[in-house]
Amino acid sequence: MNLPDDLKYTKEHEWCRMKGKRATVGITDHAQSSLGDIVYVELPEVGDVVKKGESFGVVESTKAVSELFAPVSGKVVEVNDPLADAPETINEDPYEEGWMIQVEVSDEKELAGLLDAASYGKFVEEEQA
Amino acid sequence: MPLRTPLYDQHVRQGGRMVEFAGWEMPVQYAGILAEHEAVRTRVGLFDVSHMGEVVFRGPAALASLQRLFTNDLSRCADGQAQYGCLCRESGGIVDDVVVYRRSAEDLLVCVNASNRRKDFEWLRDHAGPGVSVDDESDAWAQLALQGPKAAEVLQPLTGTRLGSVGTYRFTDAEVAGVRVILARTGYTGEDGFELFCPPDQAGKLWAALLRAGEAAGIAPCGLGARDSLRLEMAYRLYGNDMDDGTTPLEAGLSWVVKLDKGDFIGRDALKRQKEQGVPRKLVGFVLTDPGIARHGYPVLQDGRPVGAVTSGTRSPTLGTSIGLAYVPPALAAEGSTFAVEIRGRPAAAKVVKTPFHDRRKP
Repeated sequence: MNLPDDLKYTKEHEWCRMKGKRATVGITDHAQSSLGDIVYVELPEVGDVVKKGESFGVVESTKAVSELFAPVSGKVVEVNDPLADAPETINEDPYEEGWMIQVEVSDEKELAGLLDAASYGKFVEEEQA
Repeated sequence: MPLRTPLYDQHVRQGGRMVEFAGWEMPVQYAGILAEHEAVRTRVGLFDVSHMGEVVFRGPAALASLQRLFTNDLSRCADGQAQYGCLCRESGGIVDDVVVYRRSAEDLLVCVNASNRRKDFEWLRDHAGPGVSVDDESDAWAQLALQGPKAAEVLQPLTGTRLGSVGTYRFTDAEVAGVRVILARTGYTGEDGFELFCPPDQAGKLWAALLRAGEAAGIAPCGLGARDSLRLEMAYRLYGNDMDDGTTPLEAGLSWVVKLDKGDFIGRDALKRQKEQGVPRKLVGFVLTDPGIARHGYPVLQDGRPVGAVTSGTRSPTLGTSIGLAYVPPALAAEGSTFAVEIRGRPAAAKVVKTPFHDRRKP
């Protein structure tokens, strides 16, 4: 399982990379692999507000629809628009090219609730057991 | 505890991702649904479909008995030929859609959906009448499907049967890789291909031999995910999704397998009446002209009001568009009609198109 150390994770299998007050958000390698071929993605628009733990979009594989849950609250300042035409990027490169949105974090205290790589890895193992 | 086919260990060993389907633990995918789908459309894929059921009619009255339970006309099906059709209730509701393999007028094998094995067997047994024995032989058969334009090329070296002599929807007893099989030129993908019925204890040997023989041709072991996207591109109906006991073959767009003039059969009166009076709804193929993917259960809207429902939908790997099947009022069923599909509370525009969605003669 590919789990970069510099990221924070959620139990809903999103990751979050902090740079100043800006969080880049995507889904984990484990999530993309479990979903299988991703064929459609629906993301918010720049200016929308997302709330921690609430749905901010969906990814769909050939078989199923999965909601995306925001790891942090804040205003969406950038969206990875090329994913609309190339959703398979999420399968191919979930932590870099497959990022989904960037959020201006409104409450940095929320970050404390996120998992580090080791805890997330352990959580996934337990979930699969 | 879900059931397992004789190939379960092989699936797990070869990296199949196992899920539960119709009470069976089956591989939903190996390498990935899109790659498997493409393998079947352009080369060849191998499926384990041992979860399907087999009910056998034997005896002097076998043909006449099954004729009374089946909507298509088995008198026009030669020995060694297979025929698709429905089993219906008196109401015209569909018990199951099945393929009948006519070995002779006194020996017919009915291939039924996995989810309906028990229901079908009981229905057939209870309505078969005298002069026939009806046996559930599901546990006596494993079934592999070799599908794709290169299927014959892969299969031919493994058998002494000349495949050129087995036409579409024909079958014969054969030996493949030393295993006695029923070799049928049937399938659920829209491609050329074969379904091989074999004893369960021989399934592993046959599976391995086919994969080995197909290596040079680029064969892929395939799961139920690709099976579903392949069948939907052909607009083949899936029982439990696109039809059930509450829908009739006429509503489901299967009037081509309902032979009202063949003589009496269960459901005929109701279907005849419905044909005269007109169906209240029709299953149509549609494409989404807005972004999104329609899924089973999503409402069909006309002027913002629900008037029907999507029964199957996916992103078509071959066409790259969102395709689906939906029940709509007859007024919306003509090709080119437009309606909306409600996706997560928002309407997405859809258009009725001719099916199959994928035409294998026009790549």
